[in-house]
Amino acid sequence: MTESTVPTTEFFQRDHRIHPPAHTPTYKTTGLRSPRIPLWSLQNSLSEVTGPTFRPEEIGPLDNDLLRNYAQDGEPIGERTIVHGHVLDENGRGIPNTLVEFWQANAAGRYRHVNDRYLGPIDPNFGGCGRTLTDEKGYYYFRTVKPGAYPFRNYVNSWRPAHIHFSVFGTGFAQRLITQMYFEGDPLLKHDVIANTIPDPDAIQRLVALLDLNAAVPLDSLAYRFDIVLRGRRQTMFENKLQGS
Amino acid sequence: MIPTLPYLKETASQTAGPYVHIGLIPHQAGFDIFQNTFSNVLVSPETKGERIRIEGRIFDGKGSPTKDILVEIWQANAAGRYDHPADRQEDKAIDPAFRGWGRTGTDFHTGIYTFETIKPGRVPGRHGHKLQAPHVSFWLAARGINIGLATRMYFSDEAEANAADPVLNIVDPPSRRETLIARREERGGEVVYVFDIHLQGERETVFFDV
Ligand SMILES: [Fe+3]
Repeated sequence: MTESTVPTTEFFQRDHRIHPPAHTPTYKTTGLRSPRIPLWSLQNSLSEVTGPTFRPEEIGPLDNDLLRNYAQDGEPIGERTIVHGHVLDENGRGIPNTLVEFWQANAAGRYRHVNDRYLGPIDPNFGGCGRTLTDEKGYYYFRTVKPGAYPFRNYVNSWRPAHIHFSVFGTGFAQRLITQMYFEGDPLLKHDVIANTIPDPDAIQRLVALLDLNAAVPLDSLAYRFDIVLRGRRQTMFENKLQGS
Repeated sequence: MIPTLPYLKETASQTAGPYVHIGLIPHQAGFDIFQNTFSNVLVSPETKGERIRIEGRIFDGKGSPTKDILVEIWQANAAGRYDHPADRQEDKAIDPAFRGWGRTGTDFHTGIYTFETIKPGRVPGRHGHKLQAPHVSFWLAARGINIGLATRMYFSDEAEANAADPVLNIVDPPSRRETLIARREERGGEVVYVFDIHLQGERETVFFDV
């Protein structure tokens, strides 16, 4: 990032109406892990408007190809899928050179994780994680297999819809965001305890990636499109100039 | 139709889930996949500044240490400058051997997290305010945490700077400021700051809406 492309101003106040509150009783694990005292609102200083930057050489050439980045003796089982989109801010501007990380279960709904004991089998050729930097327009893409649904311990019969976890940085640490992407048409979504921690139905819909046949590779891979929006920066006008910036 | 301004809405947060390690700290999930992994070691031999370790546990509302939480930190270098284009303090040098960011997870067995870093210098406060006391920004994500939790760690041996810090000073009641101050210890020549975080309960840590 060069000075001219990185805004230095503070972020828009976060709109908490579109985010899940800390305590959502239907998602039971939040019970003991949710702060109960209201968050202390802090006007941004340099500590919040700055954040880590990453260099292209830190990312390996296969890091965004989950079909290949853990392949041992062949490619993973599952629906070959491209996921792509833009990382934007609330002003609609693409965020260039920002780190996007993703992780998911395999096609059977099983994670490669020491703590996952689900019956669905591990796929010897699938790690289930990847990462990439957005290009100069904020665009990202990666290749994977569509993850399977899986059960989790909440109610006795709680299932997660197919989903991919995303972690995004943006240009300042106050933009840091972790979220989950769902797939168009999944009948499990309306039953999902996790998606339904979000109080705003439109905000849930914005987590649903749409089938994008125009980006599919004929005879090879389907494609889904998922745009991610991070907090916007205020325009510099008359006041609130941050010292040291 | 009601007119609206052309802003987009921020993407909603979702929990990082129990398997956050796969994506962000795969060696803790039990495998290696990337050539270059991000870690809890922020320093290299060339980094300028006083070496410190930050260490602590993160407790839930029943006082049990959690064992699956992603912890990230962001801090200025020893001179008090952030390695980021928005920090334009030309009088302080960027340290090419210090990005200022690290990540780890609380240990699956002990619940302890650690960072190897340096003590940051002081950075300016907002316009009209004095320098901030040295501090490290924290960000937590995990299963059972619906939206990442932001807090700050200050240093117990900076009592004078802490007393004048523009952020600590607005936290009310003042007794809660203690939740943000890490305790300095020396162990066999090593400087360790112990910073325990309480997600909930009587000693709930101050979390910020930044
Ligand atoms: Fe998951």
